[in-house]
Amino acid sequence: MSLTKYSVIGQSVPRVDGIRKATGQSVYADDFTLPRMLYGKLLGSRRPHARILSIDTSKAKAMPGVKAIVTGEDLPVKYGILPVSEDEYPLEVDRVRFVGDPIVAVAAVDEMTAEEAVRAIEVKYEDLPTSFEISEGLAAVGETSRIHDYGPHDNVHKQINLEFGDLDSGFDAADQVFDNTYFYSGSNHLALEQHSAVAQYGADSKLTLWSSTQTPHYVHKALASVLKIPASRIRVIATPVGGGFGGKSDPFPHEFCAAKLSMLTGRPVKITLTREEVFYAHRGRHPVLMNVKLGVKNDGSITALDFQSFVDGGAYGSYGVASTYYTGALQTVTYKIPAYRFRGVRVFTNKPPCGPKRGHGTPQPRYALEVHLDRVANALGIDPAAYRKSILVDEYSMTVNHMRVTSCGLGECIEKVTEGSDFNSLRGALPVGKGVGLAVGSYLSGAGLPIYWNKMPHTSVDLKIDRGGGVTAKCMQIDIGQGSDSVLAMTVAEILGITPADVNLICADTDTTPIDLGAYSSRVTFMMGNAAIEAAEKLRKKLFEAVAEELHISERALSEGTESLQSAAGQIVHMVNGVPTGKSSSFLRAVKLAESKFGQLSSTGSFTPQALRGPYKGSGVGPTPAYSYSAAVAKVSVDRETGIVTPEKLWVAHDIGRAINPILARGQIEGSVYMALGEIFMEEQAFRKGQHQFPSMLDYKTPTFLEMPSVESYLIETNDAEGPFGAKEVGQGPLLPIPPAIANAVYDAIGARIDELPITPEKVLAALALQEKGKFPQVGPNKFPDYQWPTPVKIDPVWYDQPPEQWVETRRRDRSKC
Amino acid sequence: MLRLPPFRHLRPNNVSEAAEALADHPGESMVIAGGTDLIPNLKRRQFDASVLVGLSHLPELQTISDNGEIGIGAGVSLRNIAAEKAVVKSATALVEAVQQVANPQIQRQGTIGGNLCVDTRCNYYNQTHEWRESIGFCMKREGDICLVAPGSSKCWAVTSSDAAPALMALGASVILVGPDGERSIPVSALYQDDGIAYLTKKPDEILSRILIPKNDGLKSTYRKVRRRGSFDFPVLGVAASLSMDGNKVSAAQLVLGAVHTHPVSVEVAQLLLGRTLTDDRLLAVADAAFKAATPLDNTDLMYAWRKKMVRVEVRRAFQDLATRAN
Amino acid sequence: MKHSTFQAPLPAERLHVRVNGESYEIVAPVNKTLLEILREDLGLTGTKHGCELGECGTCTVLIDGDPMLSCLVLPVEVQGHEILTIEGLAEGGRPHELQVAFAELGAAQCGYCTPGMMMSSKALLDSNSHPTTEEIKEYLAGNLCRCTGYLQILEAVDSAAKKLHSSQQDADRGNTPESTTQGTGIR
Ligand SMILES: Cc1cc2nc3c(=O)[nH]c(=O)nc-3n(C[C@H](O)[C@H](O)[C@H](O)COP(=O)(O)OP(=O)(O)OC[C@H]3O[C@@H](n4cnc5c(N)ncnc54)[C@H](O)[C@@H]3O)c2cc1C
Ligand code: SF4
Ligand code: FES
Ligand code: FES
Repeated sequence: MSLTKYSVIGQSVPRVDGIRKATGQSVYADDFTLPRMLYGKLLGSRRPHARILSIDTSKAKAMPGVKAIVTGEDLPVKYGILPVSEDEYPLEVDRVRFVGDPIVAVAAVDEMTAEEAVRAIEVKYEDLPTSFEISEGLAAVGETSRIHDYGPHDNVHKQINLEFGDLDSGFDAADQVFDNTYFYSGSNHLALEQHSAVAQYGADSKLTLWSSTQTPHYVHKALASVLKIPASRIRVIATPVGGGFGGKSDPFPHEFCAAKLSMLTGRPVKITLTREEVFYAHRGRHPVLMNVKLGVKNDGSITALDFQSFVDGGAYGSYGVASTYYTGALQTVTYKIPAYRFRGVRVFTNKPPCGPKRGHGTPQPRYALEVHLDRVANALGIDPAAYRKSILVDEYSMTVNHMRVTSCGLGECIEKVTEGSDFNSLRGALPVGKGVGLAVGSYLSGAGLPIYWNKMPHTSVDLKIDRGGGVTAKCMQIDIGQGSDSVLAMTVAEILGITPADVNLICADTDTTPIDLGAYSSRVTFMMGNAAIEAAEKLRKKLFEAVAEELHISERALSEGTESLQSAAGQIVHMVNGVPTGKSSSFLRAVKLAESKFGQLSSTGSFTPQALRGPYKGSGVGPTPAYSYSAAVAKVSVDRETGIVTPEKLWVAHDIGRAINPILARGQIEGSVYMALGEIFMEEQAFRKGQHQFPSMLDYKTPTFLEMPSVESYLIETNDAEGPFGAKEVGQGPLLPIPPAIANAVYDAIGARIDELPITPEKVLAALALQEKGKFPQVGPNKFPDYQWPTPVKIDPVWYDQPPEQWVETRRRDRSKC
Repeated sequence: MLRLPPFRHLRPNNVSEAAEALADHPGESMVIAGGTDLIPNLKRRQFDASVLVGLSHLPELQTISDNGEIGIGAGVSLRNIAAEKAVVKSATALVEAVQQVANPQIQRQGTIGGNLCVDTRCNYYNQTHEWRESIGFCMKREGDICLVAPGSSKCWAVTSSDAAPALMALGASVILVGPDGERSIPVSALYQDDGIAYLTKKPDEILSRILIPKNDGLKSTYRKVRRRGSFDFPVLGVAASLSMDGNKVSAAQLVLGAVHTHPVSVEVAQLLLGRTLTDDRLLAVADAAFKAATPLDNTDLMYAWRKKMVRVEVRRAFQDLATRAN
Repeated sequence: MKHSTFQAPLPAERLHVRVNGESYEIVAPVNKTLLEILREDLGLTGTKHGCELGECGTCTVLIDGDPMLSCLVLPVEVQGHEILTIEGLAEGGRPHELQVAFAELGAAQCGYCTPGMMMSSKALLDSNSHPTTEEIKEYLAGNLCRCTGYLQILEAVDSAAKKLHSSQQDADRGNTPESTTQGTGIR
């Protein structure tokens, strides 16, 4: 298939905010000060689980320079990003649930004074029984020591038992059944920028909050509900986010507290978290313990999959219910699975709350599934690449759990990486200690459903053309480094035939910009992109009409297509049968003509994804307008004496639909690889009695320049029918195949299976020691909970293997030039 | 943003005055050289120092001399040591050690004197006051038990200097200047078996100079085990030196860093002197080192693994030296 | 000379610092680090911070041309030395080659590590006009970046080095960047 050529889209143009960032001119939340601004500090709990008996702030209050102090009683309204688990207070009221749980906030003339004041506050606690591990979370606890008083029982937050198709007959039909347990550890996003917010409550009773947030809309909603002021009087502005990765997607205590302290003092208040506090605010990757039971025929085809996940949630709900569903939702969108059972449990533990991190809930099961398939391929003696290709989902099909698959370039991804790495000849053929491994993955291009139930658009873009030719695009989306500002500018520029530099952006401001739900679930390019196209096309239509009138081109010829207008390079050009006639108008002239004809030139485009829910509770998690696909080959070397694994090179192919800006897309792939390598080899949230052992950047290890291997990236362009210019996501998906590809490469190198992340040198040596004793070298979880599952909800599969007519006919949105 | 507690900053005119300044403020003063260890520790309130005596402006601490022995001023940055030809030539282990300290920036800021005096480290100590309060203070600061070895009456915080083992393997000594004059001691005598009072240096003594004997035939090396290629303190340091007379060993030293409260000298002379370096002999040396290492669970990576690595790294170090000696 | 004052409850000192070629006289508590002085007293917020403990490299500035962590520097100790921050990199309003290369080659994603990374890169190129890939990696190993996976930074530094010295380019020193992309749509 040959792709339409565009003049802006598909070009590696510099990102629109690039030079500002490279010169230090971008102003992040902690960078700005307001007149009379105060500085706030939070006091966090010193106990993992305790009742608060008393809080004595008298000494702090008496300190010179301290202007206001608030405790839980001042903000007694619960909130939570998901309506089903509103279980947090900005400051805990009577009970703390993890070390670091905020209790008091202080505002003072400078940060040092605020810090000293916080130190002077005395809190008396009465310790409560604690629960730190998944197993402890499942065990029976007394009413008083439940971490929350909701959830099915004890410290279980959520339990899921879904059965799609006929599982029993699936396993009956299997020639072999493979059963194994896996563990994926938790990790922090560790964005370099520490969370920061500045609040200003004016004499006009209006509140403005500048915050480093990925979700200004949800923060806006939460502020209104917690502070009990009408949303109409609150303005949230997201400042450039110095790294998000999901870690700045919840409303956070420091945001509410800065606002409340500003309301009390009438002065602006800034609160910037310390690195240690960021580790407590957390919302990072959930640790997940998983069991995979897979039935296959001797040719490898899957007859049934039974997947269980036990998710360690930490102390609060956050996105956890969605995260738990995500550990079961996307297994089916890569391979044909006729019968599938997913059972999942999320437990509360007295640790910092987990939430969404790049890949949200899907890297864990992906790791388990891909390592599992490697085992199956080995046992059946089939090449793992050929094996995967033989069981791939079909394009435009429906999965057993009602996920709608549209464009899918996974087969091509596998081909690219295996060819590029010479996988087939290297596998099993490298000297001992060196190996290659393959894995694949898939991710969403935006969640099909909003976080709170509504039928409104997920995103909108407003455009306005100035008489000088500048186009202003407004959207609540926030660039967190992923490049969404560039996507917006490039999209508008493409449709209007101008350059991205002539598009000016106003973004992420609840007062001035139309809705965008936020930078999460890889939704922005797909959704905002479509909205921007719609808005820009509306304007272009007006420009064309005005130009047609001026150049005396008949409306009929245009509508019949015998003649056309095209916008490119700042010109609107008249064509007959695709050949320019020489008649044209400059963009600027067209603007003037159109404004004279129609009045002020502005337009709005919106995007609401199709309702794709299946007929069951929980079906809102997993559907998306389009899945992205990726495949990776990893080459590693293992030092058999030290157990140290070194990744030598990675090959990653990603089905991006269409690369709007290839250089930025490649940056997302390389960044994903980097983040995955951290999770595989070193990043791990470690706790002692619930207390984070290493809440610092030195001791919580993340890879430096020296740990980054070279990466060969391939962008596979499948031109998605519904994506803007055919585009799908690239921000998260490429992370998914990396951990299992490395684990599979380790197996190829030394014949050992590490079924538990991170892959540390001690685990490798432990596996090799088993090998020496003649045992199968495997290191992984050796216990799996025997859980009393609720009765399964059985859902019939639909349309499996029968693509419905309407998809096949779906209009391929390959936008030619009018 | 983490901030420093208040303090006064003094700028003495020379090293003796600096020692006097320390003596004038007993119990509350500390020297600040590059500040790369002191400042983070102060920000975390690991100790109090209401008077900081600055050294970075003193030219007498900045010189490197090469006459019979190599003399390095305590204030020379790690980076400048590695750039000095004389040091590169005869003190390879030191160069390899300082080039692996922290990261490029800290190698430019940190001094060799500060590196030798760097505070011992422990996962329960290098934490903010708030963190330590939550888990319960330990005896190194404010508490009275050890959280790593609860039955222990002493603190097991780990020596974390990369330069110390290297200098010991090179047979170096240091000059300490006190209010009443100066003395010279071997680097090994600078340390003692106590995670709290880890230095034998008196609080009012200033380490002014490091002296490294020159020995043309001596080959030396430093191997560092840590998680990442940058930033990280050692979880094991192996410094080894070797002279060969024909194919017989004429001198050998082995010092382990980061596996005890102080750098550990392993007795290898008996095993090696006058002998050839066979594989068996190297294994015996590795065994001796293994026995001498007592890492505990208070650094990065599992302590059992760190102990295992002693064998591997010691063997690799001597193999390396043997190749270089030939 | 510029003046700025800070009303401090703590013992304050009069300090003379030279930043980006300009002299400043400030009154500030002696326990404020250079990072704090730059951001809070001189309004030079281009220098960022991620830990304030020397553990991330985000706050890197140049002191007499050497990259150093401003969160670990006492301003009293750098009086009389030349401090260069990201704001001082552009000359006469024209961005430095490195800044152009970072902007064009995707080396700044969220941009938060960028000022520190840029200062280290500048020091590298000032001391080594033709760094190899290995040399770039080692020199920048004290600057964490959580977004890019470092490879586009490597390319940007390499490309800026080549541009800066295009006149005296010596071709074969093995300094091709590591990351390559093939397939559809790239280059
Ligand atoms: C992120 C990070 C990583 C690090 N990694 C390493 C590492 O890998 N290996 C390593 O060895 N170190 C490491 N360090 C510690 C430190 O940076 C180095 O040891 C450095 O060399 C210390 O020198 P300095 O001049 O900065 O010491 P300072 O911080 O100025 O002083 C350290 C101590 O020595 C005392 N002192 C300094 N000079 C003298 C003197 N002349 N006489 C008497 N006492 C003196 C001070 O009072 C203080 O107690 C690291 C630090 C950080 C922040
Ligand atoms: S070894 Fe024990 S006493 Fe020493 S710092 Fe660590 S926990 Fe404290
Ligand atoms: S802020 Fe992290 S090193 Fe200075
Ligand atoms: S670009 Fe975000 S941390 Fe480097």
